[in-house]
Amino acid sequence: MPVPLAPATAPVTGWGRTAPTVARLLRPGTYEEAVAAVRAADARGTIARGLGRAYGDAAQNAGGAVLDMTALDRIHEIDAVGGVITCDAGVSLHRLMEVLLPLGWFVPVTPGTRYVTVGGAIGADIHGKNHHVSGSFSRHVRALELLTGDGETRVVTPQDDPELFWATAGGMGLTGVVLAATIQLQSVGTTLMTVDTERAADLDDLMARMTATDHRYRYSVAWIDLLARGARTGRAVLTRGDHAPLEALPPRARRDPLAFRPRRLPAAPRLLPDGLLGRTTVGLFNELWYRTAPRERRGQLQRLAAFFHPLDGLPEWNRIYGRAGFVQYQFVVGHGQEETLRAVVERLAAHGCPSFLAVLKRFGDGDPGWLSFPMPGWTLALDIPAGLPGLAPLLDELDQQVAAAGGRVYLAKDSRLRPDVLAAMYPRLDDFRSLRARLDPRGAITSDLARRLAL
Amino acid sequence: MKDAFGAPQSLLVLGGSSEIALATARRLVARRTRRVYLAGRPSPALDAAAERLRGLGAEVDTVVFDALDPASHEEVLGKVFAEGDIDAVLLAFGVLGDQAHDEQDPMAAVRVAQTNYTGAVSAALVCGAALQRQGHGSLVVLTSVAGERARRENFIYGSSKAGLDAFTQGLGDALHPCGVHVMAVRPGFVRTRMTAGRPEAPLSTTPEAVAAAIESGLRRRAETVWTPTALRPVMSALRHLPRPLFRLLTTPR
Repeated sequence: MPVPLAPATAPVTGWGRTAPTVARLLRPGTYEEAVAAVRAADARGTIARGLGRAYGDAAQNAGGAVLDMTALDRIHEIDAVGGVITCDAGVSLHRLMEVLLPLGWFVPVTPGTRYVTVGGAIGADIHGKNHHVSGSFSRHVRALELLTGDGETRVVTPQDDPELFWATAGGMGLTGVVLAATIQLQSVGTTLMTVDTERAADLDDLMARMTATDHRYRYSVAWIDLLARGARTGRAVLTRGDHAPLEALPPRARRDPLAFRPRRLPAAPRLLPDGLLGRTTVGLFNELWYRTAPRERRGQLQRLAAFFHPLDGLPEWNRIYGRAGFVQYQFVVGHGQEETLRAVVERLAAHGCPSFLAVLKRFGDGDPGWLSFPMPGWTLALDIPAGLPGLAPLLDELDQQVAAAGGRVYLAKDSRLRPDVLAAMYPRLDDFRSLRARLDPRGAITSDLARRLAL
Repeated sequence: MKDAFGAPQSLLVLGGSSEIALATARRLVARRTRRVYLAGRPSPALDAAAERLRGLGAEVDTVVFDALDPASHEEVLGKVFAEGDIDAVLLAFGVLGDQAHDEQDPMAAVRVAQTNYTGAVSAALVCGAALQRQGHGSLVVLTSVAGERARRENFIYGSSKAGLDAFTQGLGDALHPCGVHVMAVRPGFVRTRMTAGRPEAPLSTTPEAVAAAIESGLRRRAETVWTPTALRPVMSALRHLPRPLFRLLTTPR
């Protein structure tokens, strides 16, 4: 019976803190150690894990090994003229910003947190507020080094091996362990943003504004109050902006235009009571957020971290959901499927989902990643306490609507999708499965997500 | 794998024709469960149960399993786990016995104890080890409020469930660091075939209600589930009653 535990065995969850499973945690410090770990993988396999920001079970591997990649954090080469960086997969976007911003470069795509690794960014093919302009992260990846299940390391580029490259982009780490990547960067003149803020009275108003004028901005996102009902259903605060040019800065800020010193509060306490985020508290918060937002404000200067990563200011903020944890539901439906989006928003409002900071974004063109999430259309993301009564069947019902509209849910956020709905959402799923079977017949690379959804 | 709400995709039921187990399986199949193994002694009831779950869309296999033959458990259950991960095991077999008769027939009493306790210990250890190797999964063990305090009218059954409940708690602590969730479910009087014809106790319940409590317990990763929940304070009070008073209250006149 219970054998003494190896010291490195630990329960692992995603950011949502649901469904913990136990795995051996390995932390390779060199490529050779990573290769050895993959070669030593047993029948339970191994999966790479970055900073654990995927909400569900993508970077968990029950009974097997989890490779904590954060020790592989070397920056190999920066081309400060052309704006290209080559670095290990374990380097965080936070670190890239610290290193690159003083040189006048910025990551091509950033999600709502800087605390993701380059490897994770590729595995989830992350998107950001600039998706309608810049696409997802993998569009900017020139090459990557991939350690596949056979223990071999290959250099993969979109030109030389498009199959493996686009299976890896958004492939949730299941084609192998990304060891390093070469990324094309975005040039910036300052670390401040010029931001336009406006309020939208309801969902139709919001979508009209985004459709009409999103193209004028590099970055655009809307926060929706999902607790508002009736005529106010889908009321929102729309914030859009771009990197501020040097001449837009006040004289004092011009002395150090590339400063990047984001502040962080102390971490949220480890033990918080359940039910802090109920309908009352979230309702109040949403009301305040909406009321205090300016009806319309142009050209406000905002620090880069405040614009992109407000939640990074509170480390371990996921603890505020208490022991039961939370799920994030993010889906996309194409242009022309606005009715589905409206139906989903109304359904969520009717159910009274206490979701603060639900986010709506208008995607631009998708990229070729086989399991990559973005496609042209509308994406809505919301956090919901996992203990909310009736949540599981509600989300199942939404899945059906989304799939029927030709949309999909985001695997990096998922912790509860039914496997049988997946194929309708990701048409290249079978290609992905057969590529994995070819590439890794031994099953050395796998994860809880892969088991749950039979990826 | 279980999802964020603790809903299993695969389920092994030990005591495959138990009404509580079937109500639970039906409920879980309606959520996420696609693969079900019903383990028990071959019987028309077991086959009918399998057929019914197939009708709900699950892929169901029956497994020949005898609680009274613990030496076979390792092999029989090992085969099930060899086919793939089991997300939840529901240990639901047990017999009530016939207290009045069994007091006169010690070997019959021993069979009750061997089924409810010894057989369950062996099966739970085998399943616990397999779940530990997987690094995930829940082991749900049906004990009983009858184990909370021995009563004149069913202490043979009650003592076997008391032993099983204590065993389950200890096993839960042992497996906790291994990622395995162990949950003791303590139902009150459940109206089933097993209790048919017996005088109904207060706070009685149904297999469907127990199934709902089990689903909710899986979601919360609860370690002890009372069903109905009011039994917890009631039993906690009864537990502390002085013996003469307890006797007076529970001895049939």
